[in-house]
Amino acid sequence: MNSSTMDKYFDLVMKTAAADQTEIVIYTESSALTRFSNSAIHQNMAENNSAISIKSISNGKIGTAFTNKTDDRSIIDTVKAAEKNASLSPKDDDFKTLPTGKAVISTNGYIDDTAKASPGFRADVVADIIKLTDKHDLMAAGSFSTTAGLIGVANSLGAKSIGKITEANLNLVIIGADSSSYAEFYDKDVNNLRLESMVNKAIEKTLLSAGPKKVEPGKYDVILEPAAVADMLGFLAYSGLGAQAVREHRSFMNNNFGRRLISPLVSFWDDANDPETIGLPFDFEAVPKQKVIFFDKGIAKNVVYDSYTANREGKTSTGHALPAPNTFGPVPLNMIMKAGNSSIEEMVDSTQKGILVTRFHYTNFEDPLKTIFTGMTRDGTFLIENGKIVSGIKNLRFTQSILAALDKVEMITKDRHLVKAFIGSCLAPAVKISDFNFTGVSEL
Amino acid sequence: MKVILNEALNQASIQGAAYADVRIVETLLQSLSVKNGKLEEISYNLSSGFGVRVLYNGSWGFAASNILSKDEAAAITHLAMDIAKAGNSVQKQKVDLTKAEAVIGHYKTPVKIDPFSVPLEKKIDLLLQTDKILRQDKRIAVADSGMFFIRKKIYFASSEGSFIEQEIIESGGGISAIAIKDGEIERRSYPNSMGGQAQTRGYEAIDDMRLAENSERVRDEAIALLQAETCPSKITDIILDSSQLALQVHESIGHPCELDRILGDEASFAGTSFLSLDKVGSFKYGSPLVNVTADATIPGALGTFGYDDEGVPAQKTYLIKDGVLTGFLTSRESAGQLGQTSNGTMRADGWNRSPLIRMTNINLLPGDWNFEDLIADTDDGIYLETNKSWSIDDKRINFQFATEIAWEIKNGKLGKMLRRPNYTGITPEFWSSCDAICNDKYWTVWGTPNCGKGEPMQVAHVAHGTSPSRFRNVQVGVGR
Repeated sequence: MNSSTMDKYFDLVMKTAAADQTEIVIYTESSALTRFSNSAIHQNMAENNSAISIKSISNGKIGTAFTNKTDDRSIIDTVKAAEKNASLSPKDDDFKTLPTGKAVISTNGYIDDTAKASPGFRADVVADIIKLTDKHDLMAAGSFSTTAGLIGVANSLGAKSIGKITEANLNLVIIGADSSSYAEFYDKDVNNLRLESMVNKAIEKTLLSAGPKKVEPGKYDVILEPAAVADMLGFLAYSGLGAQAVREHRSFMNNNFGRRLISPLVSFWDDANDPETIGLPFDFEAVPKQKVIFFDKGIAKNVVYDSYTANREGKTSTGHALPAPNTFGPVPLNMIMKAGNSSIEEMVDSTQKGILVTRFHYTNFEDPLKTIFTGMTRDGTFLIENGKIVSGIKNLRFTQSILAALDKVEMITKDRHLVKAFIGSCLAPAVKISDFNFTGVSEL
Repeated sequence: MKVILNEALNQASIQGAAYADVRIVETLLQSLSVKNGKLEEISYNLSSGFGVRVLYNGSWGFAASNILSKDEAAAITHLAMDIAKAGNSVQKQKVDLTKAEAVIGHYKTPVKIDPFSVPLEKKIDLLLQTDKILRQDKRIAVADSGMFFIRKKIYFASSEGSFIEQEIIESGGGISAIAIKDGEIERRSYPNSMGGQAQTRGYEAIDDMRLAENSERVRDEAIALLQAETCPSKITDIILDSSQLALQVHESIGHPCELDRILGDEASFAGTSFLSLDKVGSFKYGSPLVNVTADATIPGALGTFGYDDEGVPAQKTYLIKDGVLTGFLTSRESAGQLGQTSNGTMRADGWNRSPLIRMTNINLLPGDWNFEDLIADTDDGIYLETNKSWSIDDKRINFQFATEIAWEIKNGKLGKMLRRPNYTGITPEFWSSCDAICNDKYWTVWGTPNCGKGEPMQVAHVAHGTSPSRFRNVQVGVGR
């Protein structure tokens, strides 16, 4: 599918639609993923898919329907199904209108070499990883995926945006007898992969964490690398940084706008147009995405809006609508944390006794208002004593308020890393935090 | 359908595949959600396509497309072969499939009421009715009521001569109320959290839930929790209700018993397992009361089907017998490691995913206690109900769960309500502390329709049969 095919579908839907307002989202994607473990490829796949989603509104009643059958008959049936669903809905008095807005056509996020990456190319990258790990008798596990997508959004009020995008993502775990490490590459351009240095750093970390000691749970100074920081910001993003969460009083931002909640060293925002991130410049209502600052020098500032939540409050959409139907409201997808001026080496130097964490595993909220979450460390947890990493340690469980942790940020690195999140991404630095609450330890 | 299946198998054969299978899957999802008086979701979602899996010189290749045509079948099979050939260059050991009988089979979920025949108006009315009751108190900030229905048609054919048609029907639903006051947030859900209960049944599953009849209690408990005492931090005896225990089984028995995890296939993402092949037959997983099956044949359970996505018939097998580990969840590729054949757990999340080892219905078999007797037998402890959050490490050994609600147990009686309960433990220690399991009168199979695993991410629909059980000397109130 290309832009002109999309226009054909837009025209067909608009010609068929009988509703007061109609929105159409079309996406087409070619993706491939090569997965490896025990230093061999064990799963290897590719997928081609296209799909169309319709939202119909008549007399304030909203219905949606979705299909991945792209023949004319199926599309017409889907429009009718959305209209039928709308007819059965009660009127939503808070719905005002779909957005109008100017057209956005974007190809900045698309790199041809990423789109054309072959199974042989992906296999060669995995082979190169294994050559490096074999030298140290270490095992490699991970996945290498390449994706090309085209997304178009249009509505009957004339809004229309089309964007082309690519993604390359390599995640890597290097495993020793009793230790492991993690590294990730996430970029629109597969050519930016610096494989050898990425793998060698991870190898060094696996070797350094061999023979892990057991440390007792308690409060420690902690250095969190970017993957762990991104995990924390991701929880804040989906649980409390959207207007719907605030409206429903389930956001930690409620009653706190304008107040300092976290360290003045910390600022973070959403910005899909930042060249260091990956993202479409428009949302799933075709609205151009705005930069939205959530915390500025520790002070709670704003949340993101889609057209529904913005119209309800007399505001303007910030371009953060998710695909319909969406009961969760708008969510930021391109989180960015402001860089500091430090380095991980300087953080380690400054630490009398502390713990360095590569990444978290299986984190989950216990209290979204107090932002208390729990999870485990994974793939490289180290003990720091007297300004030096002295050994790897067994993985620890933490039970900790995210906002309380961000209030105790003492240092932030200059370097940031783009981390692929559960949805969207996060450009995150490493941070040093005092009094991080570890509550348990793994036996293995 | 057969044109596509045959074309893919023919092309795979011509190009030298040692084995091939092809699945055509069509999934229809209808979902409805009412939140705070508004019908926030009424949708109709149709996804169809086919996936071809080939084995060439000991390497897998998988490719999938949403375009159902003979030409596309040929092109996608070529792509799957190219992928398998690329994998040959990074191979340590050739894939060797254990034997499976060729099957010509058919399976259809038995239903009393086809959920797609029930008028949408009736479904919406029920959700609006429950929503109205949930919101009768202003302290309820968010009232959620929802239901979903799935009809999945699967056509499977393999180069070994299998041809299987299946139609799986699922129905699910539930309600929840969130109460918020003075910076405190509490939630109650029914019949379970995370959307409620889900089963392979028809609309009768929704009727049986009696959502409207339970709405008032759910609302009132959410509000009462705002004033309840916080669960203390201490080591004590706990009794878990069957729905929380279902997730405990899921995370600390189901996942660690997946043989692909044990063999390292999930090392970079979902994680591995503290179990190993040599532990089968000797490892003490829990107390002698602990008996666990993987049973894909339980009528109405969410993890029930006729055949897995390798064409292996649904089975019942023991994972733990009298507290000792006896087996794993296996595939045709992995079962040979145990000198066995597959026990039929390979399932894919739709046409565009290659099958993985997934849980079916993983069940803690009932004991012989009455619930009332179990409470009466407990001098000092806490009874915890309905999952709120879950977390476990990448080897499935250190877990922490929070539940929505708990009650103190004092001198054999349920006492005051407790808020923010949570508990933590180490998997084999925890299961070894199990000293009482309620009988089959209290045994419920809970659907878990959100089990994530694999890259690209796949979501499996699985289930767990459990009855309330007691565990001694468990740490509760973590992080206080």
